[in-house]
Amino acid sequence: MIETKDLRVSIAQSELIHGISVTIPKGGITAVIGPNGAGKSTLLHTIAGLQSAASGTVTIDGTDIARARPQDRARLVAILTQNQPMLGRLTVEDLVSFGRWPHHRGRPRPEDTAIVAEALAEFALTDLSDRLLDTLSGGQRQRAFVAMAWAQSTPWLFLDEPLNALDPRHARDLMTRLRDLSAPGGDGRSVVVVLHDLNTAAGFADHVIALKFGHLFLAGPKAEVLTAENLSSLFDTPFQTTEVKGRQLVFPD
Amino acid sequence: MAERRLLLLAVALLLACAAFLLWNLRQPVGFILGLRTTKLAALVLVGIATGAATVLFQTVAMNRLLTPGIVGFDALFIFLQTLLVFTLGGAGYTQLPRMLTFGIETVILMACAMLLFGTLLRKGATDVTRMILTGVILGVLLRGLAEMIQRLLDPSEFAVVQGAMFVSFGAVKKEALWIAAPVLAVAVFLAWRMSASLDVAALGRTRARSLGLDHDRLVLSALALVAAMVAVSTALVGPITFLGLLAASIAHGLMKSHRHAVLIPAAGLIGALILVAGQFVFERVLGLQSTLAVLVEFFGGFLFLALVLKRRPA
Repeated sequence: MIETKDLRVSIAQSELIHGISVTIPKGGITAVIGPNGAGKSTLLHTIAGLQSAASGTVTIDGTDIARARPQDRARLVAILTQNQPMLGRLTVEDLVSFGRWPHHRGRPRPEDTAIVAEALAEFALTDLSDRLLDTLSGGQRQRAFVAMAWAQSTPWLFLDEPLNALDPRHARDLMTRLRDLSAPGGDGRSVVVVLHDLNTAAGFADHVIALKFGHLFLAGPKAEVLTAENLSSLFDTPFQTTEVKGRQLVFPD
Repeated sequence: MAERRLLLLAVALLLACAAFLLWNLRQPVGFILGLRTTKLAALVLVGIATGAATVLFQTVAMNRLLTPGIVGFDALFIFLQTLLVFTLGGAGYTQLPRMLTFGIETVILMACAMLLFGTLLRKGATDVTRMILTGVILGVLLRGLAEMIQRLLDPSEFAVVQGAMFVSFGAVKKEALWIAAPVLAVAVFLAWRMSASLDVAALGRTRARSLGLDHDRLVLSALALVAAMVAVSTALVGPITFLGLLAASIAHGLMKSHRHAVLIPAAGLIGALILVAGQFVFERVLGLQSTLAVLVEFFGGFLFLALVLKRRPA
């Protein structure tokens, strides 16, 4: 379980997260939604320990994340961040192998190689393993980065807008894999994902955290959060919900 | 594959060293060999240190264009030389024991380099334009200050400064090499030991931290090593702005690997090979007394321009 208590985060003397206290249950997919600038990525980065909190606490499975050693933190949470520059030309396999770094610290063991192969297969990247990243499409690259985070073998997997650049088929495939991984009977991981597409959240998430202007707007099971009334108030625009083939769909009016 | 290329580079460097030492060797053999060995040691040490330091610097700066020289280190060296001559006087400076000036210069350069690189890399290390502009402006400022002080010097003092401003492998003292060699060897070895962490750092600060790397500590350690390597080699022979860029760029092109375990030794070997082979061709084959550094700066500068123009806009 992840628990934040009165979490405040400031960047460049501007407070972006204003005292958020929230609990993220273990298992399943938790979607973080909200309008632009709501603090979704900042909250994710702070919980993962990549951003310091001005005040408040974050505990993950009982570990105070601010006091955890970097390598212990990296064995607890893997995070896919939004696109950032990197140096050097890596193959897909090179990149995915970096996911094992928190475990071997530069000295790969046979089990690390096996997990990398598993990650490549899991995200349909085996055929692309020797390809250089800069020769891939945006969607293929994104899958490679998700596979790297997956290879980190952490109980918590954080994904910041993982569906960017993915076409509908690959977006659905990725979310289906994440749901299978995090479902009871999967490999016991808990997934926290920042999403802009509310219908993906409605289709795949178990829990939803809604943020607005750096405040916690709502948190709970998706059926309770993703109502027309809540979404209209969250995005300051009228929303409607409907059901198609047993699936809930939400859309701005 | 990369390891095989590394081996070939090492063999090429050994052959170049042998050629440099033994080509056209005349009487008195012992005396000439002694002079050539000192010069060769300086060439190899400076080449290895500059190549390795540049790879390290480029990784922590997250940029393949930058070198310590380009972001103002060479201007800093010239400014310090001028300041030393100005404060001690031309006679005072030249009368100081060579080992003492070498030691003073090395320590001051290291401290200033840490300050300079730390300032440049503290924020927005990935912002190339900002880094280059800041480095260039600092360089212009330091050169301007140096020129202002040089106007106050008398001609003999100015000649002393001028002598120190240009690279000279011939004037290296054996005693300085005895200090420089172990310092550089330890620095290069420590840099090589950081290889696995540097591989992770090349993924970018956020990703590296998410993988459990203490990124800020790594950057600080790497900059301390870069400062030691460039300070010792610059104090030894003088500034060669573009040698590091040449060595690191060729190493990346040749090795085609992201692994610093091969990139650091490759850049070091290539740096040494450029200097030894270049000096051999200049001195022994062509019989020219002109300094090799001019050629290195010409091709290095050309490469820098080509790399800048090749970069896609961000």
